Amino acid sequence: MSANAASARATGIAAWWEAIRRDRKASLGVALIGLFVLVGLIGPWFVAADAQVTLPLQPPSFAHWFGTTGQGQDVLAQTVMGTRVSLLIGFAVGGAVVLIGALMGVAAGYYGGRVDAVLSLVFNVFLVLPGLPLAIVIAAYLPSGPGTVALVLIVTGWAWNARVMRAQTLMLRQRDFVAAAVVSGESSLRIIVHEILPNMTSLLVAQVIGSAVYAIGAQVGLEFLGLGDVSIVTWGTNLYWATNDSALLTGAWWTFVPTGLCVALVGFGLVMLNSGFDEITNPRLQLERAWRAWLLGRGVPVTRSTPVAP
Amino acid sequence: MRYALRRLGFYLLAAWAALTLNFFLPRLMPGDPATALFARFKGRLSPEAVKGLREAFGLTDAPVIAQYFTYLAHVLRGDFGTSVAYFPSPVSRVIGGAMGWTLFIAGSAVIVSFALGTLLGVASAWWRNSWLDTVLPPLFAFIGSFPYFWLAMAALYLLGFQKGWFPLGHAYGDDLTPGWNATFIADVFRHAALPVGTVVLATMGGWMLSMRNSMISVLGSDYVALARAKGLPPARVVLRYAARNALLPSVTGFGMAIGFVLGGSLLTEIVFSYPGQGYLLVQAVRNQDYPLMQGIFLVITLAVLGANWLVDLVYVWLDPRTREDGQ
Repeated sequence: MSANAASARATGIAAWWEAIRRDRKASLGVALIGLFVLVGLIGPWFVAADAQVTLPLQPPSFAHWFGTTGQGQDVLAQTVMGTRVSLLIGFAVGGAVVLIGALMGVAAGYYGGRVDAVLSLVFNVFLVLPGLPLAIVIAAYLPSGPGTVALVLIVTGWAWNARVMRAQTLMLRQRDFVAAAVVSGESSLRIIVHEILPNMTSLLVAQVIGSAVYAIGAQVGLEFLGLGDVSIVTWGTNLYWATNDSALLTGAWWTFVPTGLCVALVGFGLVMLNSGFDEITNPRLQLERAWRAWLLGRGVPVTRSTPVAP
Repeated sequence: MRYALRRLGFYLLAAWAALTLNFFLPRLMPGDPATALFARFKGRLSPEAVKGLREAFGLTDAPVIAQYFTYLAHVLRGDFGTSVAYFPSPVSRVIGGAMGWTLFIAGSAVIVSFALGTLLGVASAWWRNSWLDTVLPPLFAFIGSFPYFWLAMAALYLLGFQKGWFPLGHAYGDDLTPGWNATFIADVFRHAALPVGTVVLATMGGWMLSMRNSMISVLGSDYVALARAKGLPPARVVLRYAARNALLPSVTGFGMAIGFVLGGSLLTEIVFSYPGQGYLLVQAVRNQDYPLMQGIFLVITLAVLGANWLVDLVYVWLDPRTREDGQ
């Protein structure tokens, strides 16, 4: 890469950072996700000392901020340690399902005809099969562990992405620049990689974020059922142990509240990031905002521009 | 009706795919149900008994293709094999007893959530920028970020355990005998309130947002402007002109959401020890009861496919364009 390209990329990143900073939803999302990634990366070092077993089901105190579990572990330490595995699986599955979905969807949308008919049929069938029961049936036959959980989530989660990518490819296929590339004799692979995929970048990023939300939620659900490796500390196994030790009926709310809040905050952060990302990249919303800012700058009172009844 | 028939064909194909998947999974994966059962009885079964069990599970030495057709024939007769956890009850009987509760919980959750969310979406699109439009969507987005079953745990703890307003589990009180009388039905509803309520709370926001966005674009269209210019009453314009058309994308999403919500409600059942498929599923997982697991997967898949087809029929009714034959 030349120095020029490197500096262009640097300004690109700076521009992105600036856009995220100015968008309220995107900043909130980045802050939340950043916090949890940080906790996942370095948190385990700080809590490792607290991980040894003490009295079970102690309410939150100075020694144990979030109390202890039915096994006598420190809930804060368990939550922090669970962050790493849960986020890792979430983002890995998110990336993988988008990759598979993009391959299938773009191929279906670009080649059309029989290829499209077969691929569309496959992902429409996968889409209509209920995900959780299918995931359970597959996971039950495999050795339990984070790898199995990730694998079944990929198998049950790629179809939606394929459908979205196919629709987007069909739309791009109609554009003049793709037609020009076809006429000038470029190979299909080159058209897909150089003309179609770059124009789907923002969609791909949005799909990865959306899929990560799905993956984290579904992973917690599967592990809650006891399909994960219950000796590995993740958010899902924390909830599994909380119900197994009947935390609810002994009133030990602290054993399940922190983990649930973490799952929700990460999910909420990702959703905020996605909708902020949409506000930044969607030209229609950008224009609307610029227009409003311009009018407001001249003292004209404005409401939203979409025509709506009073 | 062409459209409805074409969809039916697709669902039959999907059902066949599920059946085939169900057949090949145990044969592709390490281990088999009979060996698992053998391990469960800790060597108290003789090799002959294990062989008999393998045959009962359809794992014979016959060629795979012959096994496949035997399997299909069995499933068509409603024979899903023998449960391990509830040995020696047949899977179909175990599942049959629990199916009604699951359909009741998941069905009412999906329908209540869709109806409430859609109405809220219509209202928030009509009263843009009111508190309804500015406060509720982010609030629901946050609530929707919690796993369904976690909301169920929180509700059970707060409203059931702490306040004692709702029962702590099961489908009806232990002191009642099932029957079509007012006391029993009221008790069933009281027990269903929290499981259904938490799923509704978690899923309503999605419907609200999708309906709101679609309403806003429909409200900006010419025929709605014309209806208003003619001086039709606002309620008629909103409901008959705008909402009916704005509903189409939500109805398409509804079919897809059924499977997802059903999955969530299975986990919710577990929290409330509700005697549905979710509870059976946990038993099946804990006991490595593969025939039961697969039976549940099949039955739930068939229910979801059937529900999807019903949604398609509703779509045909809502959108006259799908009724044009010869397209």
